[in-house]
Amino acid sequence: MQASSTDPIVRFENVTKSFGELTVLRQLDFDVAPAEKVTIVGPSGSGKTTILRVLMTLEKPNDGVIWVNGEPLWHQKSGDKLVPASEKHLRKVRGNIGMVFQHFNLFPHMTALRNVTEAPIHVLKVPKGDAEQRAVELLQKVGLADKLGHYPSQLSGGQKQRVAIARALAMRPKVMLFDEVTSALDPELVGEVLNVIRELADEGEMAMLLVTHEMGFAREVSDRVVFFDKGRVVEEGPPEQIFGNPQNDRTKAFFNAILRH
Amino acid sequence: MNTFWDWNYVISFMPKLLEGLVVTIEVTFVAFIIAAVVGLLMALGRLSANPWIAQTLGLFIEFIRSTPLLVQLFVFFYILPRYGLRMPAFIVGTIALGVHYGTYTSEIYRAGIDAIDRGQWEAAKALNFSPVRTWVGIVLPQAIPPMIPALGNYLVAMFKESAQLSAITVVELTLTARTIGTQSFRFLEPFTMAGVLYFLISYPSSLVVQRLEKRYAGK
Repeated sequence: MQASSTDPIVRFENVTKSFGELTVLRQLDFDVAPAEKVTIVGPSGSGKTTILRVLMTLEKPNDGVIWVNGEPLWHQKSGDKLVPASEKHLRKVRGNIGMVFQHFNLFPHMTALRNVTEAPIHVLKVPKGDAEQRAVELLQKVGLADKLGHYPSQLSGGQKQRVAIARALAMRPKVMLFDEVTSALDPELVGEVLNVIRELADEGEMAMLLVTHEMGFAREVSDRVVFFDKGRVVEEGPPEQIFGNPQNDRTKAFFNAILRH
Repeated sequence: MNTFWDWNYVISFMPKLLEGLVVTIEVTFVAFIIAAVVGLLMALGRLSANPWIAQTLGLFIEFIRSTPLLVQLFVFFYILPRYGLRMPAFIVGTIALGVHYGTYTSEIYRAGIDAIDRGQWEAAKALNFSPVRTWVGIVLPQAIPPMIPALGNYLVAMFKESAQLSAITVVELTLTARTIGTQSFRFLEPFTMAGVLYFLISYPSSLVVQRLEKRYAGK
């Protein structure tokens, strides 16, 4: 089945994820429309990051179905039933998703350029010359045209994170996940990374799912803000509403606590 | 010929002793390659998701480590031929030495692989690398360089331990020295010179390994 443009690009249906006794996602239902920019906010330990990690297939949900671009992610169709996905199916559907991590996770033994070309060459089988040309364009776009030959250890945190964004973009994902991408940065380096993400958001074509503590930024780039607590969506809506006029008591308490700092 | 030390005797047997040294070096290098490859396979096997593979290998490794190399050599050389597995001493000895040390190098690999940050595996998955590509392109290139000094230590140890292969008639440096001594009833010079040759190779090699250790420790 091919997804039509109005179908969600990501759909969580009744998804539960527990770590031992601790349930971090409770029968979560959650959609993301194509090209939609959604920010997930909430107290730490509320399961925000787990949403991204389950979607990136880094954690396996205990229950429920996740759909990506019209296909089940952790399952595959067998007749009219859903059975657990094979590694091949998982890789195929995973190809729709990209992720930028809090701690960059660049490959330290590769230059910035090779960090960006490695996956297109070996996973998408793009010819080396084409992959390099595109990597140079992407590194230019994130403002690092002069750092192509630098190793991660020679870059600042903000520069590393921008390489990581270029690396994820090189795989042309339909959905990009940003997991607290500025949390590990020195305050003066946060801006350069947010600027790059802001530009990507303005381009518009890619759906973006962000977990962040940068509330001002969330307000600015998001189409929708989701307040998440104890494994559930507590409240969601346009940023003006969630930040300006939250309805739920827990949401109010959370923003009050943040604003006091 | 009653002098304490006879240089003419030394000069007469040195070519023969050097031939023995060449065999020792050959044994060491081939066995080291076996240890490096077998160790890697054992380490990967122990990390395997299949508990049967991981546990069987764990048991095998413990068994090899808990029994003397000399006993293993005797088993391979004297007992296996009774069951139809007949191989030249050089091959039996080299394989036994390689597998024995493979159980030690596997521990180095395992520690080196464990030291790779979880984020590297996650980035590889997020970029959709195949498992093979993740190992070959991401994990091993980072894990292996810091292991080199530890592997170098085992190379030097294997060079010395290869003397045990003399017990199964591999004509390496030690057995050559003993044969020369037996033929002329003078053991002092051949064994002393064998010791000097072992030293001349192992000591500079250990120095190289120490330098490598410092280099990687500094990173």
